[in-house]
This record gives sequence, structure tokens and C-alpha cells, in this order.
Amino acid sequence: MQMDQKFTDTTWPAAPEKATLEGKNKYLGFWLFLGGETVLFASLFATYLALKDKVPNADAALAKDIFDLPLTFVATMLLLTSSLTSVYAMYHMKNHDFKRMQAWLVVTVLLGAGFLGLEIYEFNHYVHEFHHTFTSSAFGSAFYTLVGFHGAHVAFGLLWITSLMLRNAGRGLNLYNAPKFYVASLYWHFIDVVWVFIFTVVYLMGMVG
Amino acid sequence: MSTYAKKQGFGATLWDYLTTVDHKKIAILYLIAGGVFFVLGGLEAMFIRIQLAIPNNDFVSAGFYNEILTMHGTTMIFLAAMPLVFAMMNAVVPLQIGARDVAFPFLNSLGFWLFFFGGLFLNLSWFMGGAPDAGWTSYASLSLHSPGHGVDFYILGLQISGLGTLIAGINFLATIINMRTPGMTYMRMPLFTWSTFVVSALILFAFPPLTVGLVLLMFDRMFGSNFFDVAAGGNTIIWEHLFWIFGHPEVYILILPAFGIFSEILATFSRKRLFGYSSMVFATVLIGFLGFMVWAHHMFTVGLGPIANAIFAVATMAIAVPTGIKIFNWLLTMWGGSVKFTVPMLYAVAFIPSFTMGGVTGIMNAVAPADYIFHDTYFVVAHFHYVIVGGVVFGLLAGVTFYWPKMFGTMLNETLGKISFWTFLIGFHLTFFIQHFLGLMGMPRRIFTFLDNQGLNTGNMISTVGAFFMAFAVIVLVINIIITSVKNVKVGNDPWGDGRTLEWAISSPPPYYNFKQLPLVRGLDAYWVEKMDGKTEMTPAEPLGDIHMPNSSILPLTTSLGLFVAAFGALYNMDDDKTWTVPVIIIGLLITLGSMLIRSIKDDHGYHIHKEELTDDHDKGVKA
Amino acid sequence: MKRKLHKWRLLPLLGILTFVLSGCGMASLSALRPAGEVAQTQYNLMMLSTIIMVLVVIVVTILFLIVIFRFRRKKGDDTIPKQVEGSHKLEVIWTVIPIVLLIILTIPTVKVTFDLADTKAMDQKDKEGKTKDALVVNVRANLYWWEFEYPDLGVITSQDLVVPTNEKVYFNLVASDVKHSFWVPAAGGKMDTNTDNPNQFYLEFDSQKANEAEDLFYGKCAELCGPSHALMDFKVVAKSKDEFNTWAKEMKAASEPVVEGSLAKQGEEIFNQSCIGCHAVTPNDSRPETARQAPNLATFGERERIAGVLDHTEENLKKWLEDPEVYKPGNTMTGTYGELSDGQINALTAYLMQLKVEEK
Repeated sequence: MQMDQKFTDTTWPAAPEKATLEGKNKYLGFWLFLGGETVLFASLFATYLALKDKVPNADAALAKDIFDLPLTFVATMLLLTSSLTSVYAMYHMKNHDFKRMQAWLVVTVLLGAGFLGLEIYEFNHYVHEFHHTFTSSAFGSAFYTLVGFHGAHVAFGLLWITSLMLRNAGRGLNLYNAPKFYVASLYWHFIDVVWVFIFTVVYLMGMVG
Repeated sequence: MSTYAKKQGFGATLWDYLTTVDHKKIAILYLIAGGVFFVLGGLEAMFIRIQLAIPNNDFVSAGFYNEILTMHGTTMIFLAAMPLVFAMMNAVVPLQIGARDVAFPFLNSLGFWLFFFGGLFLNLSWFMGGAPDAGWTSYASLSLHSPGHGVDFYILGLQISGLGTLIAGINFLATIINMRTPGMTYMRMPLFTWSTFVVSALILFAFPPLTVGLVLLMFDRMFGSNFFDVAAGGNTIIWEHLFWIFGHPEVYILILPAFGIFSEILATFSRKRLFGYSSMVFATVLIGFLGFMVWAHHMFTVGLGPIANAIFAVATMAIAVPTGIKIFNWLLTMWGGSVKFTVPMLYAVAFIPSFTMGGVTGIMNAVAPADYIFHDTYFVVAHFHYVIVGGVVFGLLAGVTFYWPKMFGTMLNETLGKISFWTFLIGFHLTFFIQHFLGLMGMPRRIFTFLDNQGLNTGNMISTVGAFFMAFAVIVLVINIIITSVKNVKVGNDPWGDGRTLEWAISSPPPYYNFKQLPLVRGLDAYWVEKMDGKTEMTPAEPLGDIHMPNSSILPLTTSLGLFVAAFGALYNMDDDKTWTVPVIIIGLLITLGSMLIRSIKDDHGYHIHKEELTDDHDKGVKA
Repeated sequence: MKRKLHKWRLLPLLGILTFVLSGCGMASLSALRPAGEVAQTQYNLMMLSTIIMVLVVIVVTILFLIVIFRFRRKKGDDTIPKQVEGSHKLEVIWTVIPIVLLIILTIPTVKVTFDLADTKAMDQKDKEGKTKDALVVNVRANLYWWEFEYPDLGVITSQDLVVPTNEKVYFNLVASDVKHSFWVPAAGGKMDTNTDNPNQFYLEFDSQKANEAEDLFYGKCAELCGPSHALMDFKVVAKSKDEFNTWAKEMKAASEPVVEGSLAKQGEEIFNQSCIGCHAVTPNDSRPETARQAPNLATFGERERIAGVLDHTEENLKKWLEDPEVYKPGNTMTGTYGELSDGQINALTAYLMQLKVEEK
């Protein structure tokens, strides 16, 4: 099967992301990569839990002082929704409906950008309201590193999906780019799952002390 | 693209290697780079032994000694053993499973270049203000205290090369899962492929904690964060945990491929199938799994408390069981066999008792209260050199000799090989056996000198003499390689005569597409099965057809080079007097991101070798 | 060639036996000559594991030798041996026997691990906050020197740890700059001094063994801590309980040192100008830990070594004062005082050598 072959709705395979050996490799390789990423975040979570509320003096901000649950909740909803919209996009990808896929990806990117915007606002808020910075305490370092790593993943995901959309805008779906879209969406789900853990471990557990 | 066989000028060959995505050429690159770093690390080892030959020696200064010992450990583990292991994997695994290449040829090349530039960066520290001096473990309080940029070189160099290792791990996992030829079921895979499989999984799960540890250390040193700053609430023990969660699996990442190589060699030169194949596979997997459960045995004296110490002591001892299974299976493989003592076999045979010695001292170290004595003494130095030299280095020397004809199409000289082997073996035991006792007699590790009249003089002298034997052996090996390459006597498919697995069914070196037709595997030791049926070649599993090949690319090199450049900027960024650092970081990252962007925007569909070309290719011995 | 191999296999085993039986190393330094209950326990455990492991090595070696001699391929032998798949019976044997051996080793390991971590006696405090029945020493490791504080006695020493024999001595271990590790090889295993929080453990010094070592044990830093890691030695002076009590009393009562001779007096003046900021000269230094930036010199004249490693002579002291960097690279004293003239060095030496508590 040639990779740049043109397809119609009827010839398009049921699992286009795994229809070629390259696609199969990419699919598997990316899952493996996510396995490694999981350990990476697990290490960051462990570090955060070890250093939570570890501050040099009594004046420094603690978790229960700073977190703003309504704001984080909105951010969480944005990211969860964006995960859902990326599912829609993949649904249309499997149905060889390039336009709808692109449209849902645009929604995904916008929601992701909204999340990132809120996160930047949130960090800014902590720095100016509570003097809770990257260098103010071990707690601060661990917090910004964990949440910031996630934020950097979101930013990278946005760039990735956007460049995929732009690059393929003119030529539609084929078996060469279908796996690319698919793994990008996998990545986006992964980011979402990590955020669920951050929301639970950092914010919810932070609120209860 | 069928110009491959034509004579090429030096420039063209160089360009070929800089852009290659062929696993066989990448194997050669890994072998050369790893070999150079091995010699460098060996040189550092000689400096150490010369300094410690006599008490109160001033051959090197205290600070310089710490740089040497740090670089010796770091180089040998990350820049010599790892790439040499990857050289073996790249050269052999795709052939053993009957694949035309790895799953991600481009990433394979990227992995190499990341390792190479990371290693280069780390070693440039010698010329740029001093090498890292906090030990290869770089414990947080000392590495934060260490002045100069040495530790920064360590952080960034390892970060870059670690990325390469992670990529290589994912690549081999995907390759082994997806690219096996028809009939090559999991339980027919050669042991070396199995160990590569397990090791790649270990890499995937062990390297991220190191990445995180290095990031935290980098943030602390360069951006003023407080992860390990106790005064600001930090905790230095976090580094120790992260490092050893990586560090202990790392030991198995090195030793399991050696186990795999020995399994191949012992079976081959005993003319007997591996005894207890399925239990060998099981033991390999189990060792890999347990490898993640035991990291805190490196931290018995840290003060984790008796509960943690007891649990980790027992878990560590458990590893002895699968390892013991392996030792006995190897012995029983030779039992009843027809054992031929070629150079690779000599290493394999010598490995068994040598490694057993290292294994049993490992159990002694696992006995937590006894480890309070052994920890951080020369006893531990002796222990891990017994497993790493007696296991990994023997394995690599055996593997390189064994697969040399497959990689280069010519055999290393057996006489010179035997000289190397005997001097290395004698030197090895002479150097390290006595160190057990030096440790027990009160010699801590990582000391740059020792006082007279402490009863440590004789032992250290013996150890140094042994080191010279080993150095001699390596020199003979290098001479052997040079002579062999100059003579370049070509050999056939199965030069050892007793090959059992698929790689011996195709020519040496194999054509760039490996198998003209993918071979059909009919059992464990696929080639041996065919041989015993009186055939000389494999039965094809597919009709002759076009072969899809990946394109060469310079992008892996430029991507890595960008990080290398950016690393210099990042390193000097903390110095206030240097204004050029930010532009350098930006330029470096632009090179990297630009290369990545080109890679993702430019479609790369590879090319096809047409079957007409393949049928013309009579003399290449590609009959599958 | 094979003969040689044969001998090589046996040498290590013979080596183990001779070394172990003779008990090697110096009584003051070697872990092979345990000098107290803790060291003895650990030594016994080590011997148990060694015996089991030597057993394993012997079995493997015998099998190994049989294999390499019996199954060598003869020249021109082209027979194909029987391709044996495996043997369940054998595999069960070499799985079960190691497990049994390990269980034998595990039980004492776990027990001793918990025994040696038992520092409950340190927590038993009386009304004044002093430890009831145990001697506690706070060990503070610094870049290349050690401080030993006896909190219940109100005494501080540096470089020389003084301990009573035949009783458990409990330690609080902490580091003030980078991680070090506290190790008296003859008296037992080591314990790290972390920068984070104190570790606790105990050692015991047997009077008879102490006599063999002339009442002096060597202590070492066992964790890489910088250029002079190798030189971060200390000494352990073992005294009988009575002698120890006397010593403690003298130390507690010691007042500002009084020196004799004009040279020494001159030295005292220099010392009070440039050195006193970091170095105390009385053993009952009441300043907080952070202020005690350098070794306490109250008993300097009685020490075994200068700077932990040099022989205790005036000659060496002068050399040390002139340029400490040469003898202990990376130490924190270098550069804290200006260039000293020969006269000043002589004066300081005369002063320092008279700093004694016991033998006055």
C-alpha cells in the first residue's frame, strides 16, 4: 500500500493509523513513549509530595493558602473538554472526513490555549499575591516544576497539532499523515490524564492541607 | 541507490556515515565511539591505579583525582558500556529476528548522535575549566557545593546522551514487537534478542527518573531553585532516590545484554541448544522486574530506618535466584556439548566463575547490617567491578569478537585474541580480588591517597600491577583490530561454523537491506534447524518483491548538534560576566527545532529497491 | 593453558581462607578485627554470608571445571551433541536450594537490622532533659573535620572522639555542609551524616580489643565530600568508664587556657586576633552550632594528628599554618587569615602546642 495513495470513503481502512507498518510502528512506539512519560511525571509527583509545604520560614506561602479552586476547576473543564473534542476529531479521521476532523482539532487547540492562558494567569497571581515563586522555597520549586512541566507539554501539544493541521490543510488524509494525527491525539489525552492527577494531588489535596 | 557497492571516496564515505539510518552502520558508529570512550575511561582508570600504587602519592592532585574518578565512572557507564551494548544490539537484533531494519531508522540515528554529542560535551569539560568532580552518583549536597562548571557539564551532557538512550530503548521495543519475521514467535527469539527486549523496557522506565533528577539538579545549580537546598526546605535524599531508581536498573541494562551474548556464544561453541531456554527467558524477565524493586540497597547507610532496610535487603537477595538459574543453565548448556575454545568462548567461560564471584559479593552486600561495613569501601568497588568487568566487559569483548565477522566481514586474529584474553583475565582478578580485603581493612572508596602504615600498601600495589595487565590486554586488542582491518580477509556467512541463529544465514556483512526475502522461522535456533535438515539456507516466507527502504538524513546529526550548541549557552548562562550565552542558547535551539520542523514538514516516504535489481545482485549472498 | 586456568580458579578460594583465618589489617582500623559488640555482630553476619557464598562458589567451580575439561571438542570431531531442551528436575533443584540458602541468611539479616537500629535509650530523658542511662554524642561532620559534642556533659571536642569502653555509645549524626559518612571500621559499620536531619545509631568498644589497638581507633569519612575526602580522618580514644568520667569532669571544668613562655603568650595574642572567631579553645563552648565554624582546639596539644592526617610535631604544625591548602586541599581555613611571618608561625605553634586539658 503506497503511503501517499488517495482514498475514498469506501477504500479508507477501518484503522488508518495502523494500516501501514510505519503507522503500526508509530502507534506502538508512541504508546511506549507515553509509558516513559508516565514514569517521568511519577517522579515529578513523588518529588512534589516530598517537598509539599516545605518552606524556609513561617511567612512563606503554603498550599492551603494559595490555591484558588474555582479558577483551577474552570481550567480543568477546558482541558477535559478539549480531550473530548480531540476524540471527535479522531472519529472523523477514521471516517475519512478531513474537514470535520480539522474543525474539531481547531476547537481542541482553542480550548488548550484557553487552559494555558488560565495557567499563566494563575502562576502570575501566585507570584504577585503570595510571593510564591520558583526560588522562594522548595515547595515553590517543586510546584512550578511539576505544573510547569505539564504546562510545557500542553504548549508543545498545541504547536504540534497546529503545525500538523497547517501542513496537511491542503491535501487531506492519507495513510502517511493519519498515524501522525492519531498519535498527536494520544498525546493530548495523555496530557489530560496527567492533569487529572495534578488536579487531585496538587489542588484538591492541597486544599485539605 | 544501488550505488552502494561502488567504490567511494573518503568524503562520500564520511557523508554516508553521518547521514546513515542503516542499523548496521549505526552499530559501527556506536562501536567506534564507544570504543574510543572505553579507552579514555581506561586511561582514567590507569591514572587512578597509578596514584594509589603507593601511599601518599602525588602523581595527581586531590581535586584532579576526584575529576578523574568521576569521569572514569561516568564515561565507563554512560559513554562506553551503554553504546557498546547498543552497538551489539544494532548489529545483531534486527538480523536475529529477520528484520530489514529497526522500527524507526531515523530515530536510531538520532539516538546515536544525541549520545555522541552528549558524550563529547561531557568530555570537553576537561579543556573548559575542569571536569565534574562529585562522583558518577553526583550526590546532591556535594554536587551543589562543587565550584566551577564541572557538574554542569555532567548534568547537560548526561541529559543529552540520556535522551538518545531513551529513544534507542523505545526503538528496540517497537522493533522486537512489530518487526519479527514470520514464524519468529516470542518463544523462538534468541536470548540476546530477549535480553535486548527486557533491557529496552528497563531503559524506558529507568531513564525518566534520571532525567527528572538531572533537571532538578540543573534548576538548583542554574536557576536558583531549592530542591536540594535544606535551608529552603529542600531535601538531598530525593536526589539519591531518583538517582538509584535509575541507577540500579541501569546495572541490569548493562549486564542483561552481556547475559544474552554469553547465551548465544555458549550455545554456539558447545554445539548445543541453550539448556532450559524458557527458564532463561523467565529469569531474564524476572531480573528486569526485580531490578526496579531494590534501589534502596545502595542507601542502607543513609538512615532510611530498619523497616526499609530489611525490605530492600530481602528483595535484593531474591535476585540471586533467577541469576543462579542462569549460571546453572549455562553450565548445563556446556555439559554434554562439544566445547570449542575460541576467543569469544574463552571470555564466556571465564565469565561464569568471575561473575559468580561478583554475584555472591552482591548477596553479601544485600545483608544490610554487613553492608554497613562494606558500603563505600573498596569491598564495594571490588564487587561492582567483578560484575561490570567480569560480566559486562567480558560480555562486550566476547560479543565484539564473536560478531566482528558479521559486522565487518573479517575475523579477528585468534592468537592475539587469546593473548588479550589471558592478560585481561589475570589482570582483572589481580586488580580487583585484593580490593575486597582492602575495603574490609578500612579503605574507603574514592580516596585520592592513603596514609602509610595502615596495612594498605601491599594490596594497593598488587591492584595497580593488575591494572597494567589489563591495559596491556586492551593494547593488544587494538593492535589486533588494526592488523585485522588491514589484512581484511573476507569470510562467508557462518565463519564460526556453528552458527545457530538467523544472523549467520546471511552474508558477512549483510547487504544493506539484510534479507532479500524475509526468512521463515521453523523453530528455536532457526538457522540450526535448517542446517540439521541438510539445507544451507533459510526457506523464504514471502515471494521476491520490492523492498521499501528509509532515506538517509543529516537531520539527526543537526538536531543533536543544536542541543550541543545550546548546552554551552545554558552552561555559561549562570556566569554574570558572559553576555553571549543567551544568543548561543537561541541559536542552538533554533538548529534543533528547525531540524525537527523540517523533519515533520518534509514528507519522507523512503524509496524502493525493485525486485529486478535484487535478482541482479547474485554475488551478494542475499539468498535468504 | 587449561592447567593455568585451573590454578587461577583455586587461588581466590585459598586467598579467602588464609586472609580470613589470620584476621588481617590493623587492630585500630580493620573491620576484620571487630572491636565491640556491634562490629562483632556485623562480622558474624558477614562470615555467615561468606560461608554460604563460598559454598556456592565451590559448587559452581567444581561443575565448571568438570565441564571445561570433560566436554572439550577434540580436533576434527564433527559429531553433533544431543540437543537437550532442559530438565525440570534440575531446574527445581537449583531454584529451591538457593531459596533455602537465602532464607537461612534472611532471618539473621532482618533481626540484626532491627537490633542495630534500636536507639530507644536515647529518648529516655530525665527532668533536666538529659539522657537517662546512655552516653550520647552529637557528631557534626564538616568539610574535612569532625566535631563531637557531649550534650549531657556540656563538653565539645574536635577530631578526637573520646569514648568509654564496654558500654553502648549513642550517636546523633549530622553534616553541616555536604554529606559525609561516619565510620570507625574496627568498631562497626558506618552511618551517613546527612545535611537534612540527624541519623542515630550506636557503637560499642570492647576494653580488651581496645587494649590491643592501644586504646586508639581510626575513624574515616566514607562518603565522597570533596578534594580532601581522603584526609578527613579522626581518632577514637577509648577509656575505661572511670577514666572517661575523670576526663569528662576535667573537660567540663576546664577554663581559658593559660600558657607559659613569652613566645606562647605572643602566639596567644595573634590567636585572639585572627583565629578565635572560628576556633574555640575551651571544651565547654556554649556558642550555637552555626558559630562553631572550625575545630575546637582545647585539647590540641594532646592530639594524635594535626589536621587529622599529619604527624603531631611542631614541624608539621608550622607547615600546616603556613599553607594549609597544600596538606588539605579545599579546606575552609585557607585564605581566612593573612600571610604569617615565620615569627608569628613560631609563636602560634608554641601557643597551640600548649593547649591541653588532661596533662596540665
